[in-house]
Amino acid sequence: MLEILLDATVRAGTPILFATLGAIINERAGIINLGIEGLMLIGALSGFAATFVSGNLLFGVIAAFIAAFLAGSIHALICVQLRGNQIVSGLALTMFGVGSTALFGRGMVGQTIDGFERHAVPLLSQLPVVGKAFFHQDWLIYFSFLLVVKIWFFFYHTRWGLALRTVGENPAAADACGIPVNLYRFLAIACGSGFVGIGGAYLSLASTPMWIENMSAGRGWIAVALVIFAGWSSVRALFGAYLFGGITAMQLRFQAMGTTISAHILQMLPYFFTIVVLVISTLRLQKGASQQPGNLGLPYDREDRK
Amino acid sequence: MPRLLQLQHIRKTFPGVVALDDVSFDIATGEIHTLLGENGAGKSTLMNVLTGFYAPDSGSIYQGEQKIRFASPRDSLALGIGMVHQHFMLVPAHSILENILVALQNVPLLFPRRQLRDRIYQTIEEFGLDLNLDTPVWKLSIGAQQWIELIKLLMRDCRLLILDEPTAVLTPQETEKLFTVLSKLKQQGKSIIFISHKMREVMKISDRVTILKKGRSIATLERGAFDQNKLATLMIGNDSIPEWQKSLPFSDELILEIENLSVRNERGLADLDNFNLQLKKGEILGIAGIAGNGQKALAEALTGLIKVDSGRVMAAGTDITRSCARSSYIAGIAHIPEDRKAVGIAPDLSLDENLILKNFRDPRFRHGIFQSRSAIRRNAEEKIDQFAIKAGPKGSPVRLLSGGNIQKVIIARELSEHPTVLVALYPTRGLDIGSAEYVHKVIAEGAGNGMGTILISEDLDELYKISDRIAVIFRGQLIGYADPATASREQIGLMMSGEVPQ
Repeated sequence: MLEILLDATVRAGTPILFATLGAIINERAGIINLGIEGLMLIGALSGFAATFVSGNLLFGVIAAFIAAFLAGSIHALICVQLRGNQIVSGLALTMFGVGSTALFGRGMVGQTIDGFERHAVPLLSQLPVVGKAFFHQDWLIYFSFLLVVKIWFFFYHTRWGLALRTVGENPAAADACGIPVNLYRFLAIACGSGFVGIGGAYLSLASTPMWIENMSAGRGWIAVALVIFAGWSSVRALFGAYLFGGITAMQLRFQAMGTTISAHILQMLPYFFTIVVLVISTLRLQKGASQQPGNLGLPYDREDRK
Repeated sequence: MPRLLQLQHIRKTFPGVVALDDVSFDIATGEIHTLLGENGAGKSTLMNVLTGFYAPDSGSIYQGEQKIRFASPRDSLALGIGMVHQHFMLVPAHSILENILVALQNVPLLFPRRQLRDRIYQTIEEFGLDLNLDTPVWKLSIGAQQWIELIKLLMRDCRLLILDEPTAVLTPQETEKLFTVLSKLKQQGKSIIFISHKMREVMKISDRVTILKKGRSIATLERGAFDQNKLATLMIGNDSIPEWQKSLPFSDELILEIENLSVRNERGLADLDNFNLQLKKGEILGIAGIAGNGQKALAEALTGLIKVDSGRVMAAGTDITRSCARSSYIAGIAHIPEDRKAVGIAPDLSLDENLILKNFRDPRFRHGIFQSRSAIRRNAEEKIDQFAIKAGPKGSPVRLLSGGNIQKVIIARELSEHPTVLVALYPTRGLDIGSAEYVHKVIAEGAGNGMGTILISEDLDELYKISDRIAVIFRGQLIGYADPATASREQIGLMMSGEVPQ
């Protein structure tokens, strides 16, 4: 029972994990990206379509990354080059994603592909309780583990990571050190968006191997909230994403067991928890434990009078 | 001496402002070259041109015979030009180590941390500093942060170091230490551009002085060819300076009493720690201290802008500890805030409206729930006249006025209801000498009429000139009082670094 629940937790948490990691990369560079929901849908559709046409799952993942990378570049262009309003641009990106995937996805509705299959990791998958849930999974889940560690290592152990964090904290300081601020910000937005796209592709290539209109169903927004909960750390994002995965898995389980609680109430749980998490993490912020990048949401203009 | 760099006819404008009109000057190798000028003369703008932050509208920079152009700070860095900005270019949330590492050039993608740590510690020890590299920068004093900035430049092997008003955040003793370091760097053949408007320091350290006035370079003088008077005359020119007299002796009547006041900031640290202060009627009480030792919290606690944790504030016998900004105002406490554009005015509102921000509820200015435009306009005309405000076209946003005029608007508003106490936080910072003198004059006149003033300033010269008494604040505590007529700068300097006088 616990094993099954854990397994469902990881599978439900993975798309949110990719999206949260992507959002963290954005915000570490000082850019708020509210387009996550739209980027997930773009990733989900392009991943599914590429796989459907080519029959190759890897192509699907790459296509999802590239499509979301390009869509994220629009946000980057507006926020970095044109110094526009990040909130407005992000919301527009979400609306663009929802609308355009509904339009272009009509031909894909009802089509099927062979989704990702599970591969057991020798030895580790034999571990009691957690073995099956974490090490008898598909390649994308293993990739997400790797990504968590890579991002952490990148931020705290490489020169580029330090430069990126400095850009998000104080772009003028980064500029004074000769760091190309706009380039860093652009790439962070575009690559971060790409990973969000892979999160979307997980939905259409692994969770349920098909395309359904608006299939991200608010997971992108949960990811936006999780960034704060995770304190902009990739490792804590893993726990946050699985927390939500767990709640989703549990409510599904409850429904399957045929409780008398209305299914609508149960389906509400993850979103309800989003609000709870936001309240708690905001309280923490006010107490000064903030990890928030110092210049989050602010455009940088070198010639601004100091 | 060989010339390192030459700037010719630099011009830089911002929308509506000519920051630099026509500036030429040059820097030799191994010299300390001072840029002297009033606030707003264009010193910082010029240095931002030299560090590649601002692209000049016209004019050119030469290295030897070769004309160079900076597309970004990166290009300027490549030539070995580094600057300690007035607003430090540090990341408060990052550790000292991270702040220095990010500035290093030509290091591998994966830092050889241990090796770099050793190198940084060596430099820190050379300066005789005691710092743990893993401390986050926000925990450091402003003075220590400035050393980090300097270390960054030295680790990067800069040939030209620019220091923008570095002594503003230092005690007199720390300033001495900085000067020793600068002389040593000079001997190593480095060039230094030193920015200041404090004559004493300029006389002491400069090999050459270039004077800027209203965006133009007026003159460059060699050591020996200048003295204090000559520099002052060149710097101020024939601007008229209002005259005023120091206030009469004040009475013994207490009008403000602060007892054991403690205020914690959002990080949970004590900004004020059992702070005590007594202000008498008609007294100008100067508060000396290095920036960031609780001055802002003191001003905000007195004016009801922040919540007090414990302690008591009594104004003329009334307890105002828990009062909000509005009731503090009614209790007769006026406030000249630190950030005049962000806190002092509503930048996009007109002059007329800004003048009644605090007393718009007054029946004078309204008919029932409607504003009385004519009364508000009359009030503005009165104030413009009384305080000699150079107002722009009627109804234009007040942010378009110069810094000195904005300060006059704030003063006119704050003093209009004849307050009993004025809390002035750095009231002359960033003003030209004429405007600064005007502020002093108004404060002195107020004192003559019985208003008590708490004048918080980081400029010891200002405090000596105008205060009746000087109180020294350090880490949120009152260290003691000093009499400006007898106390030496060194004594006050020691108190500013926390030493309690015997």
